[in-house]
Amino acid sequence: MTNSTRTSLLATVAVLAALAGQSALADTSGKRIALSNNYAGNSWRQAMLRSWEKVTGAAVADGTVAAADAFTTAENQVTEQAAQIQNLILQGYDAIVLNAASPEGLNGAVKEACDAGVTVVSFDGIVTEPCAWRIAVDFKQMGKDEVLYLAERLDGGNLLEIRGLAGVFVDDAISAGIHEGVAETGKFEIAGSVHGNWAQDVSQKAVAGILPSLPDIVGVVTQGGDGYGTAQAFAASGREMPIIVMGNRHDELTWWKEQKDANGYETMSVSIAPGVSTLAFWVAQQILDGADVPKDLTVPFLRIDQDTLDESLANTEPGGVANVEYSLEDAQEVIKAAGM
Amino acid sequence: MSALLSPRLLRSLLPPLSLAALLIAIFWLQPRTMSYFGLNLLLNLAVPIALATIAQMFILCVNELDLSLGGFVSLVACVTATWVHDTPLLGFAALVGLIAVYAALGALIHLRNLPSIVVTLGMSFVWLGLAVLVLPTPGGKAPEYIRSLMTLKPFFVPMPIIASVLIAGLVHLFLMRSALGTVLRGAGGNAKSLERAGWSILRIKMTMFALAGFFGVLSGMALVGLTTSADANIALRYTLLSIAGVILGGGEFVGGRVSPIGAVIGAVTLALAGSFLSFLRLNPDWQIGAQGAILIIVLALRVLISRTEAKA
Repeated sequence: MTNSTRTSLLATVAVLAALAGQSALADTSGKRIALSNNYAGNSWRQAMLRSWEKVTGAAVADGTVAAADAFTTAENQVTEQAAQIQNLILQGYDAIVLNAASPEGLNGAVKEACDAGVTVVSFDGIVTEPCAWRIAVDFKQMGKDEVLYLAERLDGGNLLEIRGLAGVFVDDAISAGIHEGVAETGKFEIAGSVHGNWAQDVSQKAVAGILPSLPDIVGVVTQGGDGYGTAQAFAASGREMPIIVMGNRHDELTWWKEQKDANGYETMSVSIAPGVSTLAFWVAQQILDGADVPKDLTVPFLRIDQDTLDESLANTEPGGVANVEYSLEDAQEVIKAAGM
Repeated sequence: MSALLSPRLLRSLLPPLSLAALLIAIFWLQPRTMSYFGLNLLLNLAVPIALATIAQMFILCVNELDLSLGGFVSLVACVTATWVHDTPLLGFAALVGLIAVYAALGALIHLRNLPSIVVTLGMSFVWLGLAVLVLPTPGGKAPEYIRSLMTLKPFFVPMPIIASVLIAGLVHLFLMRSALGTVLRGAGGNAKSLERAGWSILRIKMTMFALAGFFGVLSGMALVGLTTSADANIALRYTLLSIAGVILGGGEFVGGRVSPIGAVIGAVTLALAGSFLSFLRLNPDWQIGAQGAILIIVLALRVLISRTEAKA
C-alpha cells in the first residue's frame, strides 16, 4: 500500500466519521411522534396545543421528525385515553408524548406501548409506569412557594385557599404544598377553602358564597385560573382586597396590571408554561435519537413578579396564559440537569 | 327469497352486520390491526364494556334502567385494586356485599314502586362517594391473577375474542335457553300473567338486579386487570355505553326484549367506533357527535326494518 493511498483512505475514513457524527442529529427524520392529550377545555390546554403545533410544525417542516400529530380525547376519561393510546400503538407511532388523565389508570396501556417498542414520555399529567419517562411538575413546591411569598409580604393572618378539581392529583399536590408551607412558616391560618375548578366563573361563585362566613382575609392562595374570579368576588363584597396569588392567565395579569397602575397593588403569579408540551416533544426526540435520558425530569416554573409583569402581559395572548416554548437546547439542558 | 330475508332475520342480523362493516373499515384504514397483536389491542378494552353491557341488559330485561352502573363499576375497580389485592377475604366479602345491595335495590324499586331511574341516579352518587372513600387518590394495584388472566395470550385467537364469545354464549344459554331464564325474561314481557301463574315478581327482580351486580363486579375486575390500577372516576362512561350497547345489540327499553349475543356485539361495536373515528383522524370535538351519528344510523335502520315487519 503506497503512502498516498493510505492518506486518502484515512481521509475517507475521517470524512465518513464526520458524516456519521452529523447524521446522529438527523437520525429521527423518519420517526413519528404522537401527542395523546386527555382534555382541551381550558385556556391552558388550548395554549399547550397551540405551542405543540407551532414547535412541532417547524420540526416536521425542517425534517427533524416525520410527523408530530396531536390527539385529544373527546371526554376526559381514563378508559377513553387508554383506548386512544392503544390506537396510537396500532397506528405505528415511534413515540407517544402523553398528558395523562390519571397517574395510575393508564399504566396498563402504557406498558403495552413500551412492550410494542414505543417510547412513552409523560408530562404535566404524568404516569407511574416505570417504563415511561416523566417530565413532572413539582406542584407541591409550587403551592409552598405561594405561601413562602405571602410570608415574606405579611406578618400573619387568615388565608383563603382556592382549590382545583376534586379528586385530581394536581389539586391534592398543590394543596399539600400550601398546607406544608403554612405549617412551616407558622404565621397563617387557612380560614376557608373552596373548589374553584381552575375556572374564573366557578371560583367567583364559590368565593362569593363563602365570603360572608369568613373573618378578615389577608391572602388568597390559588391554583391558577381562579385568581381573577376571586378578585371579582372580593371586589363585589366590598372587603379590602387581599394579596391574591395569580396563575399567569391573561385575565389575571390584566387585572393585576390595572390594580398596580391604580393603587400599586403587589402580588406574584406562578404556573407552568403550557409550552411544556414542546419540552416533552424534544425529550421524546432525544430519546429516539439515542440520547441517554434519565426517566425523571423536572419542569421549571414560570414565575411572574412585579417587575416582570408588564413584559409578560405584553407577550400573553388575550384569553391565553403566559407561555414559553422550549427548544431542543432547553430540552438538552433539562436532561443534563437531571443526569447530574 | 322473501322468506329468507324476513324482517325478523334482518333485525337479528343488523348488529353483527354493523360490527362487520366497522371491522372491515378499520382493517382498511389501518392494516396493522389485522393481526393477533392488533386485534388484541383493538378489543381488550371492549371486554369490561361487554360485561357492563350484560349487567345493564339484565336490568333492561325487567323494564328498568340503571344509571348507576358506571359509578358501580368504578367502585368495584377501586375495591379490587385495594382490598381484594391486600386482604382478599375482606375484598371478596365486600364485593359479595355490593351484589347484595344491588339485589336489595331491586326489591326496593319493586316494593315501593319507585322509578328505577331516580333510585339508580341517586345510587350513582353513593357509589362514586364510596369509591373516593376507598381510593381517595388514583392508585392501588391489580391482583396478580386478574392481571395475568386479562393479559393472557392464548394460541391463534386473541383473549378478548375468546372472552366475548364466552360471555355472550354462557349468558345466552342461561337467559334464552333455560327454563329459569324464560321466567326471568317473562317478568319484563308480561309481569301480570307471570304473577298470576304463581311466580314472585319480587324474587325475579331481586335475581335480575343481583345478576346485574354480579356482572358489574366482573366488569370492574376485568377493567382493573387491564389498567393495573384504579381511579374513582375510571368507568363513569360505562353507564351510557352499556345502555347504548344493549340497544345497539337489538334490545328494547320495554318488553323484556333483549339479546345477550346482541348486547356483547353492541358493546364491541361501540368500543370499535371510537377507534374507527380516531383512525379517521377526525377532530376530537366532532368525535362524540360522530359516535352518536353511528348510533342513530344503526337505530334508524332498525326502525326501518321494524316498519316492514309491522306491514308484513
